[in-house]
Order: sequence, then structure tokens, then C-alpha cells
Amino acid sequence: MTNHTAPVSPVSHHRHITRNSCDCKMNFSEVFKQTNQLCKVSPDGKYLATCVQYRLVVRDVSTLQILQLYTCLDQVSHMEWSSDSLFILCAMYNRGLVQVWSLEQPDWHCKIDEGSIGLVSSRWSPDGRHILNTTEFHLRVTVWSLCTKAVSYIKYPKACQKGIDFSRDGRYMALAERRDCKDYVCVFVCDDWHLLRHFETETQDLAGLEWSPNGCVLAVWDSCLEYKVLLYSLDGRLLSTYSAYEWSLGVKSVSWSPSSQFLAIGSYDEKVRILNHITWKKITQFEHPAIIDNTKATVYKEAEKRPGVGSDEMPLHNITMGATLFNTQSKYEICPLPVQIPVVKPDPDRASPKIGISVLAFSSDSRYLATKNDNMATAVWVWDMQKMSLEAVLEQTSAVRCFQWDPLRPRLALCAGNTKLYLWSPGGCVSVQVPTEGGFQVQSLNWHCSGDSLILLGKEQLCLCYMDTDQEDK
Amino acid sequence: MPESSTVKDVLSSSVECRTSPLRRFSLSALHRNSLGVFCSEDNVQECLSHISQEVSSFGLRPAWTEPGSGSELNIVAALNCMYDLIQLHRRGLRTLENMEVEQLKSNSNVDFLQLSTTRLKEQLEISKRENTGLLERERQLQLKVKSLQNCLKNEKEEVQKLQNVIASRASQYNHEMKRKEREFNKLKERLNQLLVDKKEKKQAIDVLNNIGRADGKRSLWKTEKMEAKHEGEMYKTLLSDYDTRQRELQLENAELRKVLQQMKKDMVSILSSRKPAAKGDKHEHGGTQAASEEEDDEAFDSSKESVELYCVHAREKLTNSIRLQWRRLKSHVERLDSQVSSAQTGESKSTDAVPRETHEEEMDRLKLEIQQCKDFIQAQQQLLQQQLSSPCDEETASLLSDCYMLQEKERLGDEWKTLEEQRKIFERERRNFTEAAIRLSHERKAFEEDRATWLKHQFLNLSPFSDSKKPSLSKSKSAFLISAETDSSAAVAPEKFIKHRSESPRCVPLTSPSTADLYRTLCLIPEDSSTKPKRKTEHVEESSVFCGNAPVRHKRWDGIQDRTLSQEKNSSI
Repeated sequence: MTNHTAPVSPVSHHRHITRNSCDCKMNFSEVFKQTNQLCKVSPDGKYLATCVQYRLVVRDVSTLQILQLYTCLDQVSHMEWSSDSLFILCAMYNRGLVQVWSLEQPDWHCKIDEGSIGLVSSRWSPDGRHILNTTEFHLRVTVWSLCTKAVSYIKYPKACQKGIDFSRDGRYMALAERRDCKDYVCVFVCDDWHLLRHFETETQDLAGLEWSPNGCVLAVWDSCLEYKVLLYSLDGRLLSTYSAYEWSLGVKSVSWSPSSQFLAIGSYDEKVRILNHITWKKITQFEHPAIIDNTKATVYKEAEKRPGVGSDEMPLHNITMGATLFNTQSKYEICPLPVQIPVVKPDPDRASPKIGISVLAFSSDSRYLATKNDNMATAVWVWDMQKMSLEAVLEQTSAVRCFQWDPLRPRLALCAGNTKLYLWSPGGCVSVQVPTEGGFQVQSLNWHCSGDSLILLGKEQLCLCYMDTDQEDK
Repeated sequence: MPESSTVKDVLSSSVECRTSPLRRFSLSALHRNSLGVFCSEDNVQECLSHISQEVSSFGLRPAWTEPGSGSELNIVAALNCMYDLIQLHRRGLRTLENMEVEQLKSNSNVDFLQLSTTRLKEQLEISKRENTGLLERERQLQLKVKSLQNCLKNEKEEVQKLQNVIASRASQYNHEMKRKEREFNKLKERLNQLLVDKKEKKQAIDVLNNIGRADGKRSLWKTEKMEAKHEGEMYKTLLSDYDTRQRELQLENAELRKVLQQMKKDMVSILSSRKPAAKGDKHEHGGTQAASEEEDDEAFDSSKESVELYCVHAREKLTNSIRLQWRRLKSHVERLDSQVSSAQTGESKSTDAVPRETHEEEMDRLKLEIQQCKDFIQAQQQLLQQQLSSPCDEETASLLSDCYMLQEKERLGDEWKTLEEQRKIFERERRNFTEAAIRLSHERKAFEEDRATWLKHQFLNLSPFSDSKKPSLSKSKSAFLISAETDSSAAVAPEKFIKHRSESPRCVPLTSPSTADLYRTLCLIPEDSSTKPKRKTEHVEESSVFCGNAPVRHKRWDGIQDRTLSQEKNSSI
């Protein structure tokens, strides 16, 4: 199945700009089953692991042939590849069980039982030889070694948005801790789980922490009740504190740029603030106004058109026929400014209102930042980090579910819970119908590490999308 | 009110005037009362005297000069008197009328004034009422403001209170939360303990066989040495990070410094180039300028140092000098700006003041001037051209070199070259012409001889030998033709010659063409060979000049003629 696509470029409506990054032939694989959206490509990019009920299926990415089939004890709730792509962890939270499978030795098995203490989260350590299990009520974190069967505990882990983070080189782990009603941060050396640093943070209620990509700075932020971002050096020194405002709801999301140069902070006031890595002061802030009149930005609006006869005249029995037959086509149109973005007013009486910047993602080259404002669910905003200005806004017909940057190129893939896949690149914007039977609705997507293919996840299905890009740009 | 005062005067005077008639009337009444009528037979005299008295009291001449003269009336005098009286009466009536009119006017005036006063009074009343109303409202508003202020104060207090409440509640909640958290922690502890103590369903790991570490090493013991190693590694990472950052910053700094240097250099160059030009205002800003110049030199030296030295001192100097330069540049620009703006305002003023017509007039005048200038330039160019076309002597050459730029000179040189070429061509043509002339004279001589012989023959015998003589003529003609054809450049000439010859016999049948004609004809040859039209005209000019000189030269050529002829003979032999 193939789909030829031509992007809508910001230069002109009528002309199709051919750019390598976007004008490509897309091939779609056939559809496979999956459950719980458990589908992951190995870190080396060779294998694709999917969970179907209690079975784990490992395929070759290029041929999609099944290489291994493992049977777990129960339905898998979490699945993860080890960093060396040799082992796969399958966690069954409701049974408090973790099973590990080896790709090289299919008959090797490992089962970790957390017992009646329960299990809420399980993950690999960066070396791929230890498993960190968080028990129920965040009683403790159990570190299991596959090398020695040794077990060690870390007490007082804090139950929060993001309590554990490994540095990118896999050397250090930062863990949020709560004891005596105070927040602490522990920095462990992952090699031997040596506690390197342990320091109290100046937070009311720590909500999350994240290492900078170079592993030298730890960003710590407070819960939404207080706008506070703290930056700690690896050795536990407080480098800087940042607070944009007081009293109203604060930080909602935090993201480092891959170059470690910028720290983007999204907050409930519908703004993104960018801090620099030298003075840790704000460089700029990106606002998300409902009316876009920035002439430098391009606004792409998804326009749907129904094929064939109008829906009014359509007989009832026709609708019941295969939904794919009557799938709406859509394409992007460039809107003349100013543009009004639909805004949903959040209910003020409910907790954690649907407003503010919930998702922030930098492109791999740190050139672009994609954001989503929760009360404008249909829009994705792309900011140029060189010009520090709005580059593009994608206004979808339905709420955006997920977006992710190509790991190699400045190319953004997004999905909106319908049968289409959307791609944005500086050259233009394109909407592609996923040509599968039975109304495959894309709920989530993941890039392959090579940036050549995308894994599209539906409710119970998955599909691979290959980008046959021209090889010129390599 | 001067009008009313005059009116009053008039009134008063009229009142005064009226007194005398009243008196008179009373007197006459007295008379009438006593006698019934004013005048009767008896009291004529009395009446007369009375009348004359009265009349004289009016200031008129008495109707009769002497009362004692008799009862006869001097009719003329009486009539005159009566006439005067009537006149007086009329005048009185007229003034009365006027007075009445005046009175009417003033009455109406008074009415009007009264009316207006009443109106004004009413207005005053109304405004007074309004004023009181406004005052009342103001008072009310003030009261309102006061109440609002009170409200605000209350609200503020309320807010403060609420804030306090919130703060206290928050602290209370915090406290509660902490307590709960502590309890929660205690529970956790307890749960942990229980879970550890519990025998069944313990945590367990079941691995088929242990796997090796990813790096292939054995796991290490936790020792102090390891601890130190970890610390060391951590600091190493930090250090390397700081290193890279420092390097980046250094690079950036270096670049920025370069930019600064460049900027400074540019600024210095701009300012220094400006200085000689702006000597005028240097006088104005005398002291400061001189001082800044001194600083300038100093700054320049320091900048040289700072290229090498990255110490604090040098940097300070650099930034200081930049700042200085920048300030100077800024002031300069500002001054320029102010100049420009003042000029503009001046301009705008002038444009405001001067009407459009004068503008147009000015424009026309300027256009005319431009046209004149253009004409002038053209004339100059023409003159120059002429001067160039005539052979330049050293004086003019020097003049030219003085007057014109190098480019101009080159152009002239080029033109000179072309002229030289033309001269050469002309020389060659002249040579050709000489040759042709020689040949022609030769031909003529032959022709003369032929004619002589022909005439002789004609004279001698008139009959049968006439035919035999024709070939000789044709022979001479052919000889001429051949000689003409030897001239390589004159390909067209022979035909013309023939034509000329065929035509000329009509008017002057037996004479050869005049030399001038010949020259003119010959001139056609170079004309055809010449390429540029401009040169062509020049050539014609020159040739005409040459034609004027022709007879003189011809003489000279005649001298040569024999020699060339002999040469020709030699060559033919």
C-alpha cells in the first residue's frame, strides 16, 4: 500500500514544493495486533517487540517476520527493551510480577515476584542488568540485579510526576525522595548504586526532576501550586532558582533542548519560558494567543472534504458499509492571518484544569520547539529557536493526541485519533491517509531511531509507515 | 453712552428754548385778557412796541426803525420780520419734530434696555438656581466618595482579613498535611515491617542463570576507594563540561572582541575622516574636541595592546575606548540629525511661505537655465571639435592637457590618431591625384597635338581621309582609360571621367575640363573609399580648401611632371 504525498508549503497554496524531508513516498505495512499500546523498537533499531495479551512477539523490523514468541504469565502492562537490545522486560502490575526474556537465548528466563508488596512501576537501569521496581504506595524502590540476583532497596521514593531520571550517558540516577515532610534528591551512581549525593531541595512539593542531556545539571520543579524551577549541579550545588509568577497555578511541563542550551518551561498561564544555560535567566517567552496575527508564522489548517455525494443525500444503509469507503479526505490549507484558534474554556471548579502547556518537545537539532496548549487541543505550535519566534501552527480538525520529532531530521509527526498521519517540516505540511482496512485510528506514534519509519499505534492494532526519502540528504 | 448724553443735551436746550415762548405766551395772554384781542385800533402803538421788543428779544432786526416816526408800518421791514419769524417758527417745528423722534428712539431704547435687564435678571436667577443644584450634587457626590472610600477601606480590610484567613488555613493545612504525611510514613514503615516479616509470598527473583555485566567486568565491592573514584569521575564530568563551556565562551568572546575591534576601527576612521571636514564646528566645540582627540590617540594605542592581552585591564580599556568612540559618534549623528531637522524645518517654512506660482516660476527659470547650460556645453563641445580637427599646435595641446582630464585627453588622442590616418589617406589620394593630373596634362598635350593634326588634316583635305583619323582619338581616349585604371583605389572614377567628358563637349566642346572640376571629380574617389560619414564631411571641407590652393600647387606639380613622365617612360620601356 502506498501513498504519494505532496506537502502544503508555506510559500504558496498552488505550488507543490518538493523537499526531501517531506515530499516522500510512504509505504504502509499491514496491520498487526497489539494490546495496551505495548509496541517498542529495540534501541539498536533491529527488532520490534509487541505485546498481544499475554504474549510477547519479537519481529525483525525490516522483514516484519516473527523472530521470537514468548508467553508471559498474565496480560502485560508494561514492556521495555534493555539498553543493549538483548533483553525485554514485561511487567504485570496487577500480579506484582516482572518477566525478563532474552533474545539470544530464547529458553533463558527470569521472573521477579514483588510479592504482596505490589508493583506500580518497573524499569531497566541504563546498564540493562538491573531492574528497578517501584512498589505500591511508593514504599520503596527495589533494585534487582540480573547478574548477582542481589536485591537492594531505596526507601522513601516520592510519588510524583517524574520521580526518577537517569542521565543520558547512563552513569547517574536522580531520585526524588520525601522524608520528614521535606523533599530531597538522591544522586546514585548506576554502576554500583553508590549514593553520590543527597541534598534537600527548596521546594514545597517537588513534582519532577530531569537531567540535562549532558548530565551536568538537574532541573527540579515544584508542584503546580507554586511556580518554581530549581537547577542543581551534578555535585548538588544550587545553580539557580527561577520563578515567573506567584499565587496562580505554575509549572506544567519542563523540557531540555538536546543541546542542553535551553530549558523550556510550560506553565498554566499558557506560556512557555525559555531559560539559557549560562545565566539561567529567561531569554524569551512564547505566548499562545487565541488569535494569531504574527505575520512571520504560517498557519496550516486541516481542511476536510468528503468524497463523492454530499452526506445529506446519502442513504442510511450506505453509512453502515465499510467506514473506509467513506473516510474523509483532508489536506492542509494555509490560512490568511489573523487566525482564530478554537479555545475551550476550562471548568474553574475542577482540579488540574485543562489549560496551559502540557507538552513540550525539541527537535533533535534543537532548532524547533513543538508545544501544545491544553485549552487549544486542536493546535500544535512550532517555534523557531534561532529566531525565537513562532514558525508554524497546525490547526487540526480533531484534538491532537500525540506528536514526536524525527530523531534525525527536523520533522514532526503527529496524530489526532483519526485515520490520518500528519507530518510537518520547515518545507511544508502534509496529511496522509493510513490506507488500512477497518478504520485504523492512530492514537499514538513512535519514530524508529533511524528516522526512516514510524510506528503507528491504534487502539488494538499497529502499523508501520516507511518513509522512502531520497538519499540525497545523507 | 455718548448718544444718550447728546440726546439729553438736546432735550435740555429745547426745554430752555421753550421758556421764552411760554413767557411770550403769558405776556400775550395778559394782553388778551385785558383787551380781548391782542391788537386793536387803540393799542397799535403799544402792540408795535411790544412786537418790536419781542422781535428784538428774538435777536431780529426791528420791523420799523424808529418808533417815533409814526404808525406807518415799514412794510418791507415788517414782511422781512415776518418772514424771519416764519422761518424761525419752521425751524422750531423741525427741531421739535426731531426732538420727538429722538424721544421716541430713546424711549424704545429704554424699553429695550429694560427688557434686556429683566432677561438678564432671569438668567442670573436661573444660573443661581443651577449653581445651588450643582453645589448640592457635589456635596452628594462627595458624600458618595466618602462612603465609597469607606467601602474600599472595608474591602481592603476584608481582603487583608481573608488573606490572613487563607494564610492561616494554609499553614493549618500544611501542618495537617505534615501530620498526615508523618502518619502515612509511619503506616508505610509498619507496612514494610509487616511485609518483611510475613513469611508467605515473599519477594523473589527466579533467574535461570546469572548473566554477565554489560561491560563484561565483575561487579565491584563498595569500598572507600570506589567512593573516591566516583567522586573523581563526577568532578571529571563536571570539569569537562565546564571546560567545553569555557571554550565555547572563549570562542564567542573572541569573535565578539573581533567585532568590537572592527567596529572601533571603523568608528575611528569615520571620525578621523570627518575631522578635517568639520573644522568649522571644531571652533565651536574647541576645547572638548581637542581633548577628545587626545583621548582618541590614547584609545587607539590601548586597542593595539588589547589584541594581545586578554587581561582585565586591557578589556576595560577596550570597552572604555569603544564607549568613548560610540559616544562621539552618537553626538555626531545627533548633531547631523539636528542639522537635518533644522534644515527641514527651514525648508518646510519656506515652502509654507512661498506660494506655488513662485515655485513654478522658479522651476521654469531653472529649466531655462539648464537648457542654456546644455546649449553652452554643446557649443563648447563643437568648438572643441573644430579645434581638434584643425592641426593642433603645441600651445593648444598644452592647453588641452591643462584643461581636460586624462580620459578626455585619451579620447582626443584617439581622435588625433584617426585624423592622422585620414591625413595619410588624404596624402595618398593627393599623390594619386598628382599622378592623375600629370597623366591628364600628358593626355591634354597629346590631345592638343591630335587636334592640331586633325585640324591640319581637316584644313588640308576635306574629303576621303576623315575616317582614318578617328582611331587616333579613340586611341588617346583608351590610353587615358588605361592610365586611369592603373590607379587601384579609383575604381569608379573612370566611368565618371568618361561621363564628364561626354557631357562637357556640349557646352565647351573642345576644351578639357577645368582643373577645379577635375579636382572635384577626383575628390569623389576618397569619398567613396572613406568609411565614416563624419570624416567624409571633414574631407570635403579640406578638399575644398585644397581646391582653392590647387592652381599654385599645380604649378609646382608641373615642374615635377616632366620627371614623373620620364619615369613613366622609363618604366614603360
